Amino acid sequence: MTALTVEQLSVQLGGRRVIDQLDLQVESGEFLVLLGASGCGKSTLLHTVAGLQAPHSGRVLIDGVDRTWSDPGERNVGMVFQSYALYPTLSVEGNLGFGLRARGVARREVRERVLRVAQLLQLDALLERKPAQLSGGQRQRVAIGRALVREAGLLLLDEPLSNLDAGLRATLRRELKLLHQRLGATMIHVTHDQVEALTLATRLAVMQEGRIRQLGTPEEVYRRPANRFVAGFIGSPAMNFIEGSIARVGASLQFCATGLRIDLPAQLFNAAPPLDGESLVLGLRPEHIRFATAPGVSSAQIAHSGQDAHIGAGKVSLIEPLGSHEVLWLELECGTVAALNHQGQRYNRGELVKLAVDAAAVSLFDATSGERC
Amino acid sequence: MSAQQLMRPSAPRRWYADPARLALLALLVSAALCFLLPLYVMSLTSFKSMEEIRNTSLFALPPQLSFAAWQAAWSSACTGVACEGISAGFWNSVLIVIPSTLIAVGLGALNGYALAFWRLRGAGSLFAVLMIGAFLPIQVMMLPLVRLLAPLHLVGTLTGIIIVHVIFSMPVMTLIFRNYYAALPRELFLAARLDGAGFLYAFLRLMLPMSLPMLAVAAIMQATGVWNDYLLGLVFAGREHLPMTVQLNNLVNTTTGTREYNVDMAATLLTALVPLLIYALAGRWFVRGIAAGSLKA
Ligand SMILES: Nc1ncnc2c1ncn2[C@@H]1O[C@H](COP(=O)(O)OP(=O)(O)O)[C@@H](O)[C@H]1O
Ligand SMILES: [Mg+2]
Repeated sequence: MTALTVEQLSVQLGGRRVIDQLDLQVESGEFLVLLGASGCGKSTLLHTVAGLQAPHSGRVLIDGVDRTWSDPGERNVGMVFQSYALYPTLSVEGNLGFGLRARGVARREVRERVLRVAQLLQLDALLERKPAQLSGGQRQRVAIGRALVREAGLLLLDEPLSNLDAGLRATLRRELKLLHQRLGATMIHVTHDQVEALTLATRLAVMQEGRIRQLGTPEEVYRRPANRFVAGFIGSPAMNFIEGSIARVGASLQFCATGLRIDLPAQLFNAAPPLDGESLVLGLRPEHIRFATAPGVSSAQIAHSGQDAHIGAGKVSLIEPLGSHEVLWLELECGTVAALNHQGQRYNRGELVKLAVDAAAVSLFDATSGERC
Repeated sequence: MSAQQLMRPSAPRRWYADPARLALLALLVSAALCFLLPLYVMSLTSFKSMEEIRNTSLFALPPQLSFAAWQAAWSSACTGVACEGISAGFWNSVLIVIPSTLIAVGLGALNGYALAFWRLRGAGSLFAVLMIGAFLPIQVMMLPLVRLLAPLHLVGTLTGIIIVHVIFSMPVMTLIFRNYYAALPRELFLAARLDGAGFLYAFLRLMLPMSLPMLAVAAIMQATGVWNDYLLGLVFAGREHLPMTVQLNNLVNTTTGTREYNVDMAATLLTALVPLLIYALAGRWFVRGIAAGSLKA
């Protein structure tokens, strides 16, 4: 069943179009993550879905019912706000029960439902406290609890983890995922953190300037980014982009840039393969670059194992150790690229390293439109 | 400069070593003197008999403490034809101040809340008009208001004077509450809306409890303002409900025989006592409310 449908939604704020003809469908039970840079309209989209912001045009359907102009209280939507927005004068219990009391639910039932949610989120010991007496993580749990108490079919989470420090964020991220698995509720989670997005999402929407640039499973979005924006936005270190052109060699296609030639497998292309001589941009994830300086392994061997293609040598210009692995920044003739070194092999600054790439894993983008070929 | 001072550049200097602070202190002390001196003279005079007033200097302590003037001022001095002191005026003022304050503060908070959170059409222009109202002198509106209230038989009634006070307080009350609410995070209001709270529920259950310091400030401002009012009370309250300030004026200006300075002073102090008490008891709240950043325009 479809929990939420957004059709051709546009929202204007202060004369600027913040959401631009956006379409989105969320199925029941999904954990959809909206990922985008700060200011791209994520909060505005959630507010419009919740009825807290009037759209300029378009429709919002919740559980198949047109709710575009419904009062927020009628929409059966729960929301965790970016600032949590806990009611400062009310206790945790008062915060959790506010929505039920406002709707005139009987006192005993309010008490029961608040207790149930408090137990679920381990807030039972804190019910009498005021928000000011809670830690950041506890506040966040109260905010989630307040959204859960009403047993709304659709939960909107606006950067619920962004106010927490790194360690707590990782813990609560896992808790959130477990919570979703346990409740089976439909959740839309907004974030500008790609790790959060990739780990939580059952489906991922990447937003830019009020539009969704790609919508798919985290794996699809990571492996086959639909355009250069998405490709560059997801992944750390970011995808390497190399400008070049296509050459037809016999039956196969080759990507050529200064000092670089890569044979491209035919299944790489979305639709029709590009023409001979067309300018393209090659997208290469750092983890798809391999090193060929390990003793006893010649570059030729590497080039012929699997789909790997030898791409020449690069000079190590910078090394960023990250504990489990390190990032090598390499100067090639066609530009600087980042590569990951997992092998424990040590490289020094200034060293020449022979490189190979997994040609099946590269992405190719149109040089002008930036769309995937 | 010693090494220690170099290491702690922010170490505060002693107040007596800092010329700027000294100047400030001198200014404050002289301002306090300016205000306290008349109060001192008034208090002394009110405890003297007329005999002593004639025979001692203005600043001399009363040879014998006498409460006769205070008693007379409260219950037997003449305010025009009647000679019943200003106690009746005191009770009239209480009857005027309490409803005028409760209603004005309540309505001001409601207005401020509506203007800050509910983006209603025309709210901006309404607010602009209110602000013009805040800066127009009340004398300008006096006659039209009398013409307006007369057909409703509200001139010269307790209800009438309360309505007038509420009307004249609306711009300032609305302004301070609007600014207070506008400084609160908007997501708080949105959360309440999503929780199903309507206009009044969100106001009564959420916004009003959150504005306690501001309510105290507004109540103090309004109560002292209404207590100190003279003109509106004179015009709108009617003979039966003349407030204490008007009675005081009548008392001081009623000249039958000699002018009784001690009674005048005692009556004045009695009238001033209420605002003084309000500040003394609620001043803490006043400071807290202002510190909450809410009186910024
Ligand atoms: N009330 C407003 N008036 C005008 N512009 C606004 C208003 N609120 C937000 N914006 C703009 O709309 C854009 C989207 O804001 P928002 O949805 O909060 O972004 P995000 O949540 O993705 O960081 C931002 O560029 C912001 O500056
Ligand atoms: Mg946001």
